[in-house]
Amino acid sequence: MLQGWFQIALTLCIIAAITPILGGYMARVYQGDRTVLDRLLNPVEGLLYRLTGIQTQEAMTGWQYARAILYSNLGMALLIFLIIANQGWLPFNPTGVGAPTWDTVLHTTISFITNTNQQHYSGETYLSYGSQLWGLGYPMFTSAATGLAVGIAFIRGLTGRPLGNFYVDLLRSITRILLPISLVGAIVFIAAGVPETLAGTVVIPTLEDPTVSQAIARGPVAHFEIIKQLGENGGGFFAINSAHPFENPSPFTNLLQIVGLMAIPTSLIYTYGIFANNRKQAWLIYGMVLVLYSAFILVVGIGEYQGNPAVNALLGGQVPNLEGKEVRFGWAQSALYAVSTTGTMTGAVNSLHDSFMPSGGFVTLSDMFLQIVWGGQGTGTAYLFAYLILAVFVTGLMVGRTPEFLGRKIEKREVVLASFLLLLVHPIAILIPGAITLAFPDQLGGISNPGFHGLAQVIYEYASAAANNGSGFEGLGDSQPSPFAIAAGATPTTTALWWNLSTCFSLLVGRYVPITALLLLADSMSRKQPVPLTTGTLRTDTGLFIGVTAGVILILGALTFFPILALGPIAEAFQIAKGIG
Amino acid sequence: MQTPNNAQGKPLRIPSGKRGDRRHTPKANLSGLYQRAVREAFLKLDPRNAVKNPVMFIVWVGTGVTALVTLDPNLFGTVQADAGQQRILNGLITIILFFTVVFANFAEAVAEGRGKAQADSLRSTRSEAIARKLLPDGTIQEISSTELRRGDQVKVIAGDMIPADGEVIKGVASVDESAITGESAPVLKQPGTDIASSVTGGTRILSDELILTITSDPGQGFIDRMIALVEGAERTKTPNEIALTVLLTVLTQVFLIVVATVSPLANYVQAPTTIAILISLLVALIPTTIGGLLSAIGIAGMDRVAQFNVIATSGRAVEACGDINTLVLDKTGTITLGNRLANEFIPVNGHSVEEVAQVALAASIFDETPEGKSIVQLAEQQHQAKTTFDPTQAEGVEFSARTRMSGTNLPGGQEVRKGAVDAVKGFVRSRSVSSGDSRGGTISAQLDAAYEKVSRLGGTPLAVCQDNEIYGVIYLKDIVKPGLRERFDQLRRMGVKTIMLTGDNRITASVIAKEAGVDDFIAEATPEDKIDVIRKEQAEGKLVAMTGDGTNDAPALAQANVGVAMNSGTQAAKEAANMVDLDSDPTKLIDLVTIGKQLLITRGALTTFSIANDIAKYFAIIPTIFAAAGIGSLNVMGLKSPQSAIISALIYNALIIPALIPLALKGVQFRPLTADQLLRRNMLIYGLGGVIAPFIAIKIIDVLIPLA
Amino acid sequence: MSVAREASRAIRVTLVLWVLTAVIYPFTMIAFGQVVFPFQANGSLLTNAQGQVVGSALMGQPFTSDRYFNSRPSTTRYSTADPKKDEAGILKTGVSGASNLAPSNPALLDRIKGTVDAEPEKAIAGDLPRLKEAGIQPTADLVYTSGSGLDPHITPEAAKAQIQRVAKARKLDTNRLEIMIVQHTDGRFLGIFGEPGVNVLKLNLALDEMQTKS
Repeated sequence: MLQGWFQIALTLCIIAAITPILGGYMARVYQGDRTVLDRLLNPVEGLLYRLTGIQTQEAMTGWQYARAILYSNLGMALLIFLIIANQGWLPFNPTGVGAPTWDTVLHTTISFITNTNQQHYSGETYLSYGSQLWGLGYPMFTSAATGLAVGIAFIRGLTGRPLGNFYVDLLRSITRILLPISLVGAIVFIAAGVPETLAGTVVIPTLEDPTVSQAIARGPVAHFEIIKQLGENGGGFFAINSAHPFENPSPFTNLLQIVGLMAIPTSLIYTYGIFANNRKQAWLIYGMVLVLYSAFILVVGIGEYQGNPAVNALLGGQVPNLEGKEVRFGWAQSALYAVSTTGTMTGAVNSLHDSFMPSGGFVTLSDMFLQIVWGGQGTGTAYLFAYLILAVFVTGLMVGRTPEFLGRKIEKREVVLASFLLLLVHPIAILIPGAITLAFPDQLGGISNPGFHGLAQVIYEYASAAANNGSGFEGLGDSQPSPFAIAAGATPTTTALWWNLSTCFSLLVGRYVPITALLLLADSMSRKQPVPLTTGTLRTDTGLFIGVTAGVILILGALTFFPILALGPIAEAFQIAKGIG
Repeated sequence: MQTPNNAQGKPLRIPSGKRGDRRHTPKANLSGLYQRAVREAFLKLDPRNAVKNPVMFIVWVGTGVTALVTLDPNLFGTVQADAGQQRILNGLITIILFFTVVFANFAEAVAEGRGKAQADSLRSTRSEAIARKLLPDGTIQEISSTELRRGDQVKVIAGDMIPADGEVIKGVASVDESAITGESAPVLKQPGTDIASSVTGGTRILSDELILTITSDPGQGFIDRMIALVEGAERTKTPNEIALTVLLTVLTQVFLIVVATVSPLANYVQAPTTIAILISLLVALIPTTIGGLLSAIGIAGMDRVAQFNVIATSGRAVEACGDINTLVLDKTGTITLGNRLANEFIPVNGHSVEEVAQVALAASIFDETPEGKSIVQLAEQQHQAKTTFDPTQAEGVEFSARTRMSGTNLPGGQEVRKGAVDAVKGFVRSRSVSSGDSRGGTISAQLDAAYEKVSRLGGTPLAVCQDNEIYGVIYLKDIVKPGLRERFDQLRRMGVKTIMLTGDNRITASVIAKEAGVDDFIAEATPEDKIDVIRKEQAEGKLVAMTGDGTNDAPALAQANVGVAMNSGTQAAKEAANMVDLDSDPTKLIDLVTIGKQLLITRGALTTFSIANDIAKYFAIIPTIFAAAGIGSLNVMGLKSPQSAIISALIYNALIIPALIPLALKGVQFRPLTADQLLRRNMLIYGLGGVIAPFIAIKIIDVLIPLA
Repeated sequence: MSVAREASRAIRVTLVLWVLTAVIYPFTMIAFGQVVFPFQANGSLLTNAQGQVVGSALMGQPFTSDRYFNSRPSTTRYSTADPKKDEAGILKTGVSGASNLAPSNPALLDRIKGTVDAEPEKAIAGDLPRLKEAGIQPTADLVYTSGSGLDPHITPEAAKAQIQRVAKARKLDTNRLEIMIVQHTDGRFLGIFGEPGVNVLKLNLALDEMQTKS
């Protein structure tokens, strides 16, 4: 057991070591300072600016920034939709797969453009290589870059700078951060065994019984895999995502995947520290999230290590819960991966959350409810600071002044935006569709596990959509039949149709409403006259205040979902403790 | 002036000693307050009134629904349990919810009642009077004071009540202002002077007669505005209150969604519950504590200001007091006792002390200020100086802020002057107004030495001269008010910077500044400097408070975020300010900062407490109502039964409102600590306390109530 | 800015970035992979002496017989099917998948311990009875299904538990098998990260190879 905790601790150390390096680099990129890649990238970017017609000097207001996001994302979504819907005749379709049902294409498009990558399909059987390359690899860059742009615009606003230009931020996020790291990462992944080929499936007789054949699915995976992690996308090339030996063949690639998905959201807090010229505050916030994150890992890790008591009884000894887990990752790397992927809104999985012990369900759900245990690409950091603003507002009055954050007064407009953004969007996007589904479980549910876990399956799906995470309690029957099955006569189901459409609602509400609110919040903060710090000012860079913030996050963020957690994973835990029967 | 003993962070009592004694304002009559508040609490159940408070309105609606399911438990779908038992439970819930609303109304009613009592006492000064309106043709028309309009001219004669706020334009009279200020000595009113030309409606003229220009429309005077504010009738919410209301409303909406959606979830896992229980859960979760007390806190804040004999024209101004970063204080009257006293004559240019005393006496003979009088006294008593001319033939030259000199033109044509040293230096070199010749005076190094000497001692040097000859320097000694240093230290700890403004020269100013412990000072300040300082501070994003009384303070009072005009000041100053201090005590500004902070802290503390309570309420209700889901072990408090848990949590929820009314009205004790210390302290009491207290209280109630 | 201009800029950005990230980037990587790392880039395919592909070094295959070290239970049967009876089209594309059974789901226990039913088709064989029958001391990885359904590994303990049986079936020395297990164990990365696993396919291939040679 100790060895397991040791490898987890070491992984966290690696991540923390990368933070100041990548965080510092990102700060230079977004502040327009000189970086090592300038000589190479300045001409490339110049060309791209000319081709796209981006006016680099044009500053945007919060509302303009938000509108630019909506317009560009709409354009991208249309392109993706058209590519997938026409995959049947488009090139690079070695398996000859036809078009999925319209609702699957719609859901997939929205899911990927919102940086969620919730998958109501299996990569192998539903999509051509062309769709994966052109349709899905593309939003993995742009949606991540959109998130980063929002995060950086938010940081700029918070620190009193103009928000910047969305298109410039979008482009630079790709050319300076996502693409260079992806190029290197993809090469490492290929070397480590991740396929990168246009050749189709290999079918071979199995060793033990030559009358039975094995189909080895392949594809251009490596380049997809790195941006999937780095951009907190999480949509697997294959159905089973990073548990698949071709996506994540070894403990080495697993380490890279975890570091990849953690790198940007962790570093962005440091980037904030540079923008705010207050690294102490950045590290304190970092520490707060790290404590939450470590506590979560501990809870999941212990649960998985101790295993399923019912199975332990059958085996006559305590063994880890390996259901849905790969031998090469074991309980430790699976637990670490699960907490990291749900905390960062990546949604890739190297083990199946549906089969985790209830403590795993509790934590992964909490991760998505809170959205700040590192949080989504760019947006997570922004949420974190929005929580800080809310904490300042709730507790700041207690020092006898109008609450202020970074010298800017928190007034009605900020409270409206921050509280709406942090407190109201999620209940609307998760609880309402969740309640509808559970009111008609037989018609709409597609629930595969009985009882409390079934409830958790439904809530998890909406939480994953609303938080733009993308992972799932995958037993849920949320997929339409594959194009092959439809060609063979299968009919689309209303359950899958409901899931595709209702999660689209959660995806869109969970993405664009908060983004708009964040940008407006940043805009209004940036326009405020800063008040100088005095001893009467509530300092937000003290351990005390960060501790208070953690309390506010837990109370305000988690209380909303306490009934759900009680009726889901907590009840399931008591049920298992009592003995399944 | 009482020195608050709080260097060690002991509670800062708002000083009430001497100032309280001085108050003669009819004391607010609080008898029968609670009976009236109880009646009001029920009257406020009117839905048109209830809907104004979104949080409590939800409870109000919930009460209605639980009342319905008390009559018929199966109204919203069949409930499995025994209908009789359901009826009893629902009935109990209905009663508790009803009282939750009543308690919240009661809190507001008590606060309003106190405000009303305060307002009544203010209003008693405003009884209707007959005014003699001066018509343009010079005739007098007797009309009711309520018909007076701004700009009307009225005549008041001895024994009259002054009908409205106004400015004296003609006449000299003594006025009894004790009704407003509590100062029993009559005040002399005459036109043209900064201090004595404004009169306040409701005060009484004791002698002679005055012609006034009315400066406010009926119901628009300061007192009227204050009455409206303390009564809470016209109360507009302050910015912080609005923002807080937004947060509370959002939280209410969130819990509304949570509770509305929990039903299908509970049904899915076969742990169904009833509508009455869901409403109970909702009421327990929404922030009823702060929701019920919020308006009471605001009204009580205004009330505290009024009790302090300060009239605020808006709640916003009171709140802004808490945010003040910089206090701009006049030295004279605020930091030092108003009157500097002549302490010594220092001769220069070979003159004797007696000569200096003689000239100083001549220059001060018409000077009615305490300084002038003290010079006369010193000259006559210590140096046996005598007036050598006929004062009736001489002409007094008044001090003005521009010349910074005063003096006398003697019958023989000699001009004697005393004033700021550089002003006098300028005078002896300047061209004589009467002869047109240059006086051609010379300046000796001795003068500078004397000037330096006095300045170093923190005194004010006044040079005295006759025509072109400087005789010497009068050492005026400034006396810093006792106890100010400690208060400035407290302010500094609270992050408030103090800036002293004085007409004195740099050296003098710096000595006084050091002695009083202010952070910064502006020496040789002109009235324009005042507004410049305010603008400069505001440009850095600071909120500035200042006091003022003169007409030339008006722009600065208007520019400042909190401008407190002295009641003795001119109408222009009062118009420009957002507060008027009826006691005309400039140091009160410091107390106002405390009141403002206290208001904000009370609001924040109760909000935190209210939200922190939710944890315990969750742990009381959720495990017991979903016991069918097997989560009974979460019932960490070991409550007897689901019924008892719900009732206990609701009783706690209802009782905590009246329990906190005293705190809401009195305000959280303010200690002059740094923000971090305050946060730590209040977080411990109201944050951690808010988490723990309900666990204990609910458990106790659970043990006490006879419910299975 | 007018709606039309805003829209046209959005479209231009969309297309330019598409070319960059969805065309230039992936095809550069594909070309790079094919040229520099052709073995890995094409799925780490293993070939036999005749040059025929026998599997992927990274992917498990179903092994249940006594002659082979058994692999973990898989809900997708390691993406295999009888080519003559492949109605589900598994062999067209290959599949991956997991059971997604919750720990509280009785079906999980049924699958592990097996059920008896009046109708034999409805009875579940159960992994535990199967292992017991084969004389293998059950380990966690041999009763729990893997995440991918393609797990190439079993734990060293699970491999050791099978030594006796394989040695008997193949008439091999147990020491020899122990050495082979060690040889085909993929250790932790840097000795720290992940868990050691025995690559079942490679181990079984080595067994066959050794015995065909000898």
